[in-house]
Amino acid sequence: MSVRENILNAIATNQPTLVPLPVLNRTAVISYEDRYAQFKSVLESIGGKTELILNIEIVIEKIRSDKANDTFIIDTISAESIDTADTIALSAFELEKVERAYIKGTVAVAENGAVWVYESQMKNRLLPFICQHLVLVIDKNDIVATMHDAYDKINVGSEGFGAFIAGPSKTADIEQSLVIGAHGARSTTVYVVE
Amino acid sequence: MKISHAALAEKFIADEPRTDWHDDTLWFVREKRDKAAHGLPEWEQLREWGSQIKDHTLSNLSNYLKEFEEKAKANGIIVHWAGDGDEHNKIIHTIIQKHKIQKIVKSKSMLTEECHLNDYLQEKGIEVVDTDLGERIVQFRKEAPSHIVLPAIHLKREDVSETFHEHLQTEKGNNDPQYLTEAARQHLRDKFVQSELAITGVNFAVAETGGFVVCTNEGNADMGAHTAAVHIACMGFEKIIPKAEHLAVFLRLLARSATGQPITTYSSHFHKPRPGQEMHLVIVDNGRSKQLGREDFRNSLKCIRCAACFNTCPVYRRSGGHSYQTAVAGPIGSILSPNLDMKANADLPFASTLCGSCTNVCPVKINIHEQLWKWRQVIVAEGYADSTKTIGMKTMAYLFSKPSLYRFAGKMGRRMMKAFPFMTNNKFNVWYKQREMPKPPKESFREWYLKNGKINRK
Ligand code: SF4
Repeated sequence: MSVRENILNAIATNQPTLVPLPVLNRTAVISYEDRYAQFKSVLESIGGKTELILNIEIVIEKIRSDKANDTFIIDTISAESIDTADTIALSAFELEKVERAYIKGTVAVAENGAVWVYESQMKNRLLPFICQHLVLVIDKNDIVATMHDAYDKINVGSEGFGAFIAGPSKTADIEQSLVIGAHGARSTTVYVVE
Repeated sequence: MKISHAALAEKFIADEPRTDWHDDTLWFVREKRDKAAHGLPEWEQLREWGSQIKDHTLSNLSNYLKEFEEKAKANGIIVHWAGDGDEHNKIIHTIIQKHKIQKIVKSKSMLTEECHLNDYLQEKGIEVVDTDLGERIVQFRKEAPSHIVLPAIHLKREDVSETFHEHLQTEKGNNDPQYLTEAARQHLRDKFVQSELAITGVNFAVAETGGFVVCTNEGNADMGAHTAAVHIACMGFEKIIPKAEHLAVFLRLLARSATGQPITTYSSHFHKPRPGQEMHLVIVDNGRSKQLGREDFRNSLKCIRCAACFNTCPVYRRSGGHSYQTAVAGPIGSILSPNLDMKANADLPFASTLCGSCTNVCPVKINIHEQLWKWRQVIVAEGYADSTKTIGMKTMAYLFSKPSLYRFAGKMGRRMMKAFPFMTNNKFNVWYKQREMPKPPKESFREWYLKNGKINRK
């Protein structure tokens, strides 16, 4: 018998009698009157920044000005953006120098400040983690109350990779004092488009 | 023979200010957990769901594992099975050899600690760089992590500063956490961009979709996994959950229970290797199927490794993680470890006051303190307890079964403590070490209750 069969047989022999899955009746789950306000306050409490903007033009303007200043950015949002294929092909050595990455998110979660980003939105899996500063853009209508609602809206298995990102990377491994900017982005700004 | 938990704890508490600091810091984390939990009116409902989903999963585990494997393979993930730690290590070594890999980074995985992967590879001349900041610190110091979520919680900033001065040439005496973290960031970014192989743990594996989720605050798992040409994720088979929607329940519980955060910074969902990448998944038993068969202890396999039970435990907080000498310390470690080696870990279920605080905070409602109590009986019955405990337990069991004798013994005890205090306050009584014995009460609770209970009830 193979190791696999040994393990599966031992489990089948030792597992208890079947008990049912619970029905997740969400009537008691928290909801928020103003989901944007909740999202903003949680995200800021975990070190992120939020800004409500009237339209995407404001982000595009920032991208243009970054480019004009010769800041090394990767823009996966605007139509003027660099070729997707180029971004996919960038190595860790190159991406390590990215100052700012602009990425569109699918869903934002009011209860915890997280934004879901699909691989197709980040173009390169490494990008939102390795960039020095991360800018995420979401539509105000895409802010949901809780993680339950978020999983209703996404299909995690539909792409090879995806992540909830909540604020900048951080650590408290030295004497429990919080330091922002561990290995990932040093800052995370979320632009919420009205 | 292993040094006992009690002996190591005694060493730990010899430094009183440090013990107090350790105690207070972990209690502070526990308080943050409380605040986060109380922020959700449905918290108890969430715990109940978490518990029931895990109960269900354990009761249908073989099917879920098969479903998961099939889906994962269809996603292009190479799935391996390991019966024990040694097989797990060999599988990883074989992959390393096949690709002639030199540069390896590893994010936090308690399973690889449990299997002693780093030591195994080191013996073969292969170096693994731990990339979680806390783990890197203890790796430099050639120590084991002392906590599953906060690996370097036993250290002060001066210790880290000294370690980094030695290994990363940071300024001597600069104890600023910001400065020290920045030094580690630069050092480890260098390791990430060069890495050829990334090893990660797994927080949850989803049967329905054949993918797995890894949670970090630092981003170190992602930095490695998305850079290296080969990614190996390692999981104990109990990490399985049935559906993606269940992730909502567990991600809501995990970080709030662990550190009081609403969610970890990164919750990364891996389903397929990126183009050109090789993705492996090692599913490990290492005693878990045996634990599944122990009716009294099987639900220890529901654990999601949040460490809330550590932070709340009065014994853990005052003895430190190293006193347990196991990959998973604390209350849950004291249930898992005797399953792996009952003799070596026979003292661990006794390293508890049975106060039940662990059970109260556990996000998946494991009856931790009851299992500790049950392990004590098993260990005594199997003859692994040391003689003072065996005699103590047997005497207690006898007394508890004879109420009138128990009352008489209690009365005698109270009189003896009053008349001859040195009989308890001496160095042969382990309860007297580092403690003052309390004054004996005049009467027992029962005596008091018989006199006062009825009056007060009126
Ligand atoms: S036993 Fe419960 S409280 Fe302890 S680490 Fe596991 S899930 Fe957390």
